[in-house]
This record gives sequence, structure tokens and C-alpha cells, in this order.
Amino acid sequence: MTGKSKSYALHLCLIALLAAAFFILPQYHVGVLSRVMVLAVYAMGYNMLFGYTGLLSLGHALFFAAGMYGFGLSVQQGGLPTGLALLIGLATAFTVSLVVGFLALRTKEVAFMIVTLMFAQAGYLTVLYFGSITRGDEGFVINTAKRALFGVDLSDETARFWAALLLFSVTLLAMAALVKSSFGRALIAVRENEERAMMLGYDTHRLKYVAVLLSGTLAGIGGMAYALLFGYVGATFASVQYSIFPLLWVLLGGAGTTIGPLLGVLFMYYLIDISSSFTDAYMLVAGVALLILCLFAPQGLAGELRKRVFPWLP
Amino acid sequence: MLRIEDIHSGYGSVKVLFGINLEARPGEILCLLGRNGAGKTTVMKTIMGLLPLTQGRITLADTDIGALPAHEVPRHRIGYVPQGRRLFPELTVAENIEMGLMPCNSGKGTREKVLDMFPRLRERLSQQASTLSGGEQQMLAIARALCLEPKVLLLDEPTEGLQPSMVDLIRNVIVQMKAEGLAVILVEQRVDAVLSVADQVAFIENGRNAETLSAASLRSDPAKLHHYLGV
Repeated sequence: MTGKSKSYALHLCLIALLAAAFFILPQYHVGVLSRVMVLAVYAMGYNMLFGYTGLLSLGHALFFAAGMYGFGLSVQQGGLPTGLALLIGLATAFTVSLVVGFLALRTKEVAFMIVTLMFAQAGYLTVLYFGSITRGDEGFVINTAKRALFGVDLSDETARFWAALLLFSVTLLAMAALVKSSFGRALIAVRENEERAMMLGYDTHRLKYVAVLLSGTLAGIGGMAYALLFGYVGATFASVQYSIFPLLWVLLGGAGTTIGPLLGVLFMYYLIDISSSFTDAYMLVAGVALLILCLFAPQGLAGELRKRVFPWLP
Repeated sequence: MLRIEDIHSGYGSVKVLFGINLEARPGEILCLLGRNGAGKTTVMKTIMGLLPLTQGRITLADTDIGALPAHEVPRHRIGYVPQGRRLFPELTVAENIEMGLMPCNSGKGTREKVLDMFPRLRERLSQQASTLSGGEQQMLAIARALCLEPKVLLLDEPTEGLQPSMVDLIRNVIVQMKAEGLAVILVEQRVDAVLSVADQVAFIENGRNAETLSAASLRSDPAKLHHYLGV
């Protein structure tokens, strides 16, 4: 079996495992998995920019919120049909990525982090400023009737799970194919040594711009899916916390690995969920766990797996 | 083929080159010699568009390449092997080579030719580049530059820190490239290694051309080496 076929087998097994979880796990955990899979789509978008291209953004909540609000406001406040509202959400995330990428890529390294953070803060403040429409911190709920797509009621727990799995699977397989493609390798080359890639004839600025566009749009799709499946849109999702989360998920799961984002979200979600049932100081537990992981698995969970067991892991 | 006329360049406000003139001809090896900090690597980086050209012209067969963005320069078939190899360490040998093939859409024939030149790389195609020995890494760096099917090859200290057998191997490849009609510009510290392969030797001193001499004349009269390099 070649590395490529092993990699596809692994991804298909992972999808099958998640599908099997629906039949095995109690309802509560099925609900958690739906949420984790949607957030993993967001994390995969982040991973594309950070893990594969080497650009550390501190403002991805802006893209997540762009998709979420683009869809949520169109469907709930604008009264548009769900399908059209989804297209608007997608276009919003794409346009925001286009503008932010164009401006932020004039900077590098720490300056890039600061600029993306500032853009995200500007987005967050915009959501609060137009509180009469966005309902600010309080947010708004999307009517159950508006959460149906192709005749399927996505507010239903079962439909929600399968929709989340479908979105996650398509994104995961697309990501696996992308990182093995010429374009994916060129992104890795930029991450490894941008100057060297340029010396070989790669337009590294264009590559980074395309990466921002894809990453931002994918984060927006995550935001849109979250609003559609869980029926809530709020300013929290545009806050700095939601810019830091994907960084943590990807670091813990394994930056530059396809399955890392899912592992990272899953780990963080259950870490907080379980520790909060024992103590109010659950963030302390989370902090200690993060420290231990950083010390003993600096490449993240999937990164360590790749280093120790599966060198073919994409 | 590659003409460098009165080029001035530097790093930000620090000027390093103050008017360098060189010409690399097909089937010839032009060697740049000079003390540390003389500006040899800066010449290479300026040719590749990695440093701004503040004055002068760089032309490749009458095409002005001095004003091109850095990523356009290699597409004019100029291969560069920088000092320190600079591979993509996380990628395998095969992937590193593929990275060299893609920008100019070079085909399988080029890949095979390059691998025939470095059989040891063929044995290690699936190995991660960071795990190769120093000599193998240098082979890969040269192989990757050759994937562009270059007309001009720039090599910055390709034998630095290598064991003698590797030095010989790399030197043979450079001579082979010359025989195939490539124009080679070579920066080397090892004078003995240079004189045996070079056709022309250009001395660089404080960012200026000191003198360009034939290697044959230097071999017969090494006094200039003592003068410019103190060796």
C-alpha cells in the first residue's frame, strides 16, 4: 500500500468511525460530535493557512463571523430563502477574505498577526455597533422553519449529525487531496522556506493570497454551518476568543496534518466538558493539560503520530 | 549570455555593490573570488531579484531581467543553488525534486536526467530531506536547480563543509553542466577547487570588480591570488 492509498484509507476509516459513533454513542455525545465536526471544519480552514502555509492569523473569527452573519442576517432579518442566504454567507466570507488578504499580506510575521487581530476586532466592534440589527452580544436565534434545506429539517438532532458529518467529510477529503496536490506542496514550500520557493520560480505572494482566500472562505463555511445547524448567531463568535480557539485546536491536534484539527477540537471540547463537571476551576485543568501536551507532544497529537507511527500521514 | 553591467545593490540602506560588471558565457565557468564580505553572495542574490537593483542592468540574451520580480527570474531558466542548501526539510527527496519541476512545467525526462546524474538521490526518493547527509542535501539542492533546465546556473559555495569524495562528485557535475553548454557562475572559497574547473575568475573587492582573469593565467602565475585573497 502506498502512502497515498494509506492516507485515503485512514480518512475513510475516520469518517466511517464518526458515522458508527452515531449508532453507538448516547444522544448527548452525538450532539457534541455534531458541534465538534462543524468546529473542525473551521479549524481545517485555519490549519490550511497556519499549518500548511505558515501564516499565523489571530483574526480568523472575522471570517467565521462573516459566514455566520452573512447567512444569519440574510435568512432571519432579510427573510431570504435558506439556500440563497447560504450563498450570501459564502460570498460574504469570500469578500472579507479577499479584502483582508489583500491588505494583511502586505505585512509579515508578527505584523501579520497584529493586522489580522485588528481586522477581527474591527469586525467584532462592527457587530456590536450595529446592535439594532445584529442584536449584539445577545445575538439572535434562527427560526426552526428557516433551518431546512432541500426539505430536510436541520434542527432535528439526527439530520444535524448527518449534515455535519457530510460537511466534515467533504472538507476532510478535499483537504487531503489538496495537500497532496501541486498547489498544496507549493504552500508547504512557502511554509518551509519562502525565499527558496521564490528562487525556484513560485509566486509566493499569490500562493499566500489564494491560501487566505480558501482558508477564510472555509472558516466562513464553518460559521454558516454553525448558524444553520445550531440556530444561533451571536457576537461571541466574532470575539478574539474565537480567533484563539482555532489556533489552540490546531496546535493541540497537530498543525499541518489533515486529521489534527478534528483531534484538537475533540480533545479541547471534552477536556473542558469533563473538567467543568468536577471543578469550577476547569480552565486551570485545561491550562495544565495544554502545558503537558506542549512539553511532551510539541507537534500536537497527529503530529506526534506522524513522527512516531505513521510517517505517511498527510 | 548573462551580462551584468555596472550593478549597484545592497541591504536596505546599506550599500554593498558599487558597480559590478560580469559576463557568463555558455559552456564556461565564471568563478567569483574575494574575501569574506566582498559582495559575492550579494551579486548572486541581486541576479536572482532577491535584492533590489538600484543601478545598472542585468540581461539574459538581450532580455532585461533586472527589473523582474524574484519569482520571474528562475522562469527565464536561471537556476540558483544558495549557500547552505536551503531545502524544504519536511518534504521528501521526490517532493523536493517535484518542487523544482513545477514552475517551468519540466517533464519526466528532466526528472530522470537529474536522477541519473545523482543516483544516490534515486535510492532515497521517499526519504525526508532533513534526514539526508550534508553531501546528499547539496546534491538535492543542485538537482532541484537543474530541474528548471537552466541556461545559467548560479552556485554559491556548493562544496562548503563537504567531505573530499563529495567535493569531487559535485565538481564533476559542474564540469558536466559546462560541457552541456550551461553558463555557470560559481562562488567558492577553496581556490584549489576553483582553478581546476574555472575558465574565468573575477575578483570582487569591497563590492567592486577588481579584475577578471583567465583561470589558466592564474594557474601559471598565482601572484594575483596572493594579492587579492592573501593565500
